[in-house]
Amino acid sequence: MMGLTRINWFKYSSPQAFYPLAGRMMPWCAAAAILLIGVGLYIGFFVAPTDFQQGQSYRIIFVHVPAAWMSMFLYVVMAIWAGIGLGLNARPSFMMAQAIAPTGALFTFLALVTGAMWGKPTWGAWWVWDARLTSELILLFLYGGVMLLRTSIDDSRRADRASAVFALVGVVNVPIIYFSVRWWNTLHQGASVSMTAAPKMAATMLTAMLVMTLGFWMYSIAVILVRMRCVILERERQSSWGTHPSHQDVVEVH
Amino acid sequence: MNQPGMLAALREIIRRDLLLALRRRSDVLTTVLFFILVASLFPLGVGPEPAVLRTIAPGVLWVAALLSCLLSLGRLFTADYVDGVLEQMLLIPQPLSVLVIGKVTAHWLISGLPVVLLSPLLGLQFGLSGEALGVLTLSLLLGTPTLSFIGAIGAALTLGVRGSSVLIALLVLPLFIPVLIFGAGAVSSSASGIGAGAHLSLLGAGLLLALTLAPWATATSLRIALE
Repeated sequence: MMGLTRINWFKYSSPQAFYPLAGRMMPWCAAAAILLIGVGLYIGFFVAPTDFQQGQSYRIIFVHVPAAWMSMFLYVVMAIWAGIGLGLNARPSFMMAQAIAPTGALFTFLALVTGAMWGKPTWGAWWVWDARLTSELILLFLYGGVMLLRTSIDDSRRADRASAVFALVGVVNVPIIYFSVRWWNTLHQGASVSMTAAPKMAATMLTAMLVMTLGFWMYSIAVILVRMRCVILERERQSSWGTHPSHQDVVEVH
Repeated sequence: MNQPGMLAALREIIRRDLLLALRRRSDVLTTVLFFILVASLFPLGVGPEPAVLRTIAPGVLWVAALLSCLLSLGRLFTADYVDGVLEQMLLIPQPLSVLVIGKVTAHWLISGLPVVLLSPLLGLQFGLSGEALGVLTLSLLLGTPTLSFIGAIGAALTLGVRGSSVLIALLVLPLFIPVLIFGAGAVSSSASGIGAGAHLSLLGAGLLLALTLAPWATATSLRIALE
């Protein structure tokens, strides 16, 4: 009995089974991402009211806040996969962690750049050495460290495990970023949206932000699935199914 | 039951590493000289204005301490790794974390403690006053062991990897940043009269956190590197 449920649970944990599943899921996620980001941008730019203090420039938050959320969220997800990989010695988990890292780094970079765009008109400076900005910058370095460590080690097994340990060590930074605006009373404003209190912004603004977040989320899943497929192809090129000419998907990509 | 064995192993590892360092004194001297040199570059670069020097002193001395720690990290495991001793050490009956704690302690005694002891002198050259000097020394005393513990993770992860000396800096420096912020913050806030208590407490908390988690992470990384 246990054996049967196990097989169902872990069926897609083999790269061979995951590869076609990822291929089937990817277009749906991509379509959802395009739709949600389109709707989110429309609400954000045309429906949401102009801010009485900041004017039009505040509208960058519809990209900035979701990107910052995703940057932290993806780091945690990456670390969880890395931890699962170390704990269960599962190669696909390491592949997942590897596939997530570049997207996470991209969102961190996007959050920093959009933050600078917002900071210039609002604070009068592109960059300030504020606790949240600095810790977000550290996050970018941590993503870079995870990716660099992986590429510097030739043996893929060691590369997987070493970068997983580093990803797990770096997790301490995520709560620091999240609570930085509460722990240090600095320039970056506190959270406007929280689970426990009523949001301090207009409903349309909140809707746009949440729709954009969902869109970014779908985008991340789509891109990570594509990258996961590339990683699987690259790593499984020696195995029989990976080079088998009858496998339609593989031939297409080659 | 196993306690005396573990402590004996810890003592032996520290003794061995200190003995090795004593036989190669130039290694120790390099780190200390580097610390002094980096700190002395700033008055030359920024200019000898006493007020400016006093303001930048905490940050400069902390960055110099951090860089000199980084400089010596490469030696933490490399020599033992190259001659195969490390592989034999993995076979000792005591937990690997004990070995790591021993090696990190020896590393701190060799490269961290001299920096701590020298810092009041350099602080004096930067024009820090009596109380700020004490806080600087105390903050370094609490902070540099944390740096050694965090650095050990990076040293173990990059063991035998090509370009490891640059890679270790990229991995470890971001993790050093919180220690730097609280360490330099303690001195600055004591100099401006707010009191250094909060920063020093955070440094102590960071040390305890590093003491509990870093040996485990380092031990895992060593096993990964040597398997």
